[in-house]
Amino acid sequence: MDFRFSEEQTMTADVVRELLTDVCQPADLRRLMGEGAARDEARWAKIVEMGLAGALVAEDQGGLGLKAIDFVQIAEACGHAGLPEPLVENAGVALPLLADFSGNSRAAALLERALAGEVTVTVAHPANPFVADADTAEAVLVVRDGAVHLVEPAKAKIVAQPSVDPFRRLFTVEFEPGAETLIAGTDEAAAPLAAALDRGALFAAAQMQGIAQRCVDLGVAYAKERQQFGKPIGSYQAVKHHLATAQVKIEFARPVLHAAAAQLEQGDLYSRARISQAKLACADAADVAARTSIQVHGAMGYSWEVDVHFFLKRGIALTNWWGGTAFHRERVAARVFARPLGPEHTFAREAEHA
Amino acid sequence: MDLNYTDEQKAFRQEVRSWLEKHVPEKPLPSFDASREGFEAHRAWERVLADSRWGMVTWPESYGGRGLDLIQWLIFEEEYYRAGAPLRVNQNGIFLLGPTLMEYGTDEQKARFLTSMASGDEIWAQAWSEPQAGSDLASVRATAVLEGDEYVLKGHKIWSSRAVFADWAFGLFRTDPASQRHKGLSLIFFPLDAPGVRVQAIPQIDGETGFAEIFLDDVRVPAFNRLGGEGEGWNICMATAGFERGLMLRSPARFQVAARKLVELFKAHEAEVEPTVRAAVLQSWMDAEAYALSIYATASRLAAGGHIGAEASTNKIFWSEMDIAMHKAALSILGARAELLRSSPEAGDIGRWLDGYFFSLAGPIYAGSNEIQRNIIAERMLGLPRA
Repeated sequence: MDFRFSEEQTMTADVVRELLTDVCQPADLRRLMGEGAARDEARWAKIVEMGLAGALVAEDQGGLGLKAIDFVQIAEACGHAGLPEPLVENAGVALPLLADFSGNSRAAALLERALAGEVTVTVAHPANPFVADADTAEAVLVVRDGAVHLVEPAKAKIVAQPSVDPFRRLFTVEFEPGAETLIAGTDEAAAPLAAALDRGALFAAAQMQGIAQRCVDLGVAYAKERQQFGKPIGSYQAVKHHLATAQVKIEFARPVLHAAAAQLEQGDLYSRARISQAKLACADAADVAARTSIQVHGAMGYSWEVDVHFFLKRGIALTNWWGGTAFHRERVAARVFARPLGPEHTFAREAEHA
Repeated sequence: MDLNYTDEQKAFRQEVRSWLEKHVPEKPLPSFDASREGFEAHRAWERVLADSRWGMVTWPESYGGRGLDLIQWLIFEEEYYRAGAPLRVNQNGIFLLGPTLMEYGTDEQKARFLTSMASGDEIWAQAWSEPQAGSDLASVRATAVLEGDEYVLKGHKIWSSRAVFADWAFGLFRTDPASQRHKGLSLIFFPLDAPGVRVQAIPQIDGETGFAEIFLDDVRVPAFNRLGGEGEGWNICMATAGFERGLMLRSPARFQVAARKLVELFKAHEAEVEPTVRAAVLQSWMDAEAYALSIYATASRLAAGGHIGAEASTNKIFWSEMDIAMHKAALSILGARAELLRSSPEAGDIGRWLDGYFFSLAGPIYAGSNEIQRNIIAERMLGLPRA
């Protein structure tokens, strides 16, 4: 029992964090918005250079063979930076899912190019009504009646569904399923799709954890600067207590998130409940932190000029991405109402109760 | 990160479990805050624990412990609450003063006080607050004047938990009369039956006498009873408070067992309760789990040589607010029966939820009010300026 990250895990996340500090500041986001773009190709090239595309793909399939616990802090860093590009969805969800179907030659060929960073892949999973980044993806893994199809956007009808978050590009994807698109039947697809949902939910939670901390960070920075009644507003208890309350939310979402990441590979009722708990806790933290930050900023907080709204909007989006509140609460309920409870079961796994 | 217990840890859990199965009293003991009889029943239980060296498993063997690490302590606590074993009447001693003594005491002081603390022979109360020094603890007025090798204590302490029946108290006294605020304070122990000590019980919301006022009128104690250097009392108290809020006072198992009971209560009454209660029950379970995971993370860090910092304050806010929410959920399930006493013929399965709810309301106040904790978080974790 050791609830700590390894030095290597933290160092990898630090490298990503440092890169994003360099190339993904709110000023960069505003420049992109000014250009009417949602993706910065130069930044994406730098991210690709880090070689993380295959982070969660097994080594014998050409990936790095990392686990969710190795990637979770990277996803947090992406949330904290408000990263527009699909590092989390591509490397965290789509490519490990694609790798699960690499017995199929189309999937295998695409995986090779995706691991090299030449192209991205996205997923149309039943948990999400929309598909992210379908226009720039080389292919979409579409689930239809439980089977998985590999669809090239050029051969599908892609309809943009504009999001309030200027950096999320959502689409609906319509296509004609056929033998040439099918890469996995329902039986073969079930377990990989369940794992994809777990990764999607976990890494959405991680991003929201980063978003929550960013919102508090922005609020704290402003509260130190902004003077009223001759003093920084951050010296007043009313303001301090708001920010402290948000930080408490963050502090108690974090261990849930990290336990969920460590337990993801279990793939059982217990690990799913923990992932869902993390999703709920991080969404709650992001919500409280964003609202707190806006309140602390006062009227400025309601302005376009202050950066908090980027994180507010991403938080709203991710709260419902890879399953909303009701969906995840029911996954928690499935564990709470049907399995033994109590302190001796904190780290339980299904095998022990089979 | 490895969230699996080792074989050794699993074996330890079994050892604790089978010992508790044999020794935990079948009938719950009467409250230690309501009568001398209840207090002494709990002291007797402490002796049973101590006889098998289960009193304080993290303490060195030489002081009656087992020299175990914090993960093993968590496992012990999990089994302890799982077994429904009695609350620890000496919690002020073993969880708060004990670890502080271990860090700041001389060998002679450790030998004198720790062994009798672990055995339950001396049960401790805390004497920090005064009528004019609550959240503003640094404005303590009680004095300790050194005369030869004795301190003469004078002052008025209040809200001292367990002081009605306890044997000893550890208090914060001004040893430098010219000093201001947190300078010039010292931590001094005194027997509650010493000449010049008068203890007056203060009835609580629930009618019990869990806390008391202590009047000290020229109470003489040896200088040996001072922990740490003269004038170092404030820093030592803050270290104690860190442990109190941060780790030991409220072990996660307490809330995980409460959450389990809450789920059982909900299942028994699911058909009668409104749908929002279900969400509250699930939230209670999630919060108890979050707290447990957080403490495992802290214990892992401390085991690797880390220190507990301002996160002690986040813990205290989290468990105290969770405790209230959990009990509120239970009361809403009980509905009209929530107000009944257990002596009512219609009480049914109301259990101790109402008592627990009352006690939960003290949570955001004791061990440093949550307002003070939020100040600490804002200033020390977030770096906001002091007022």
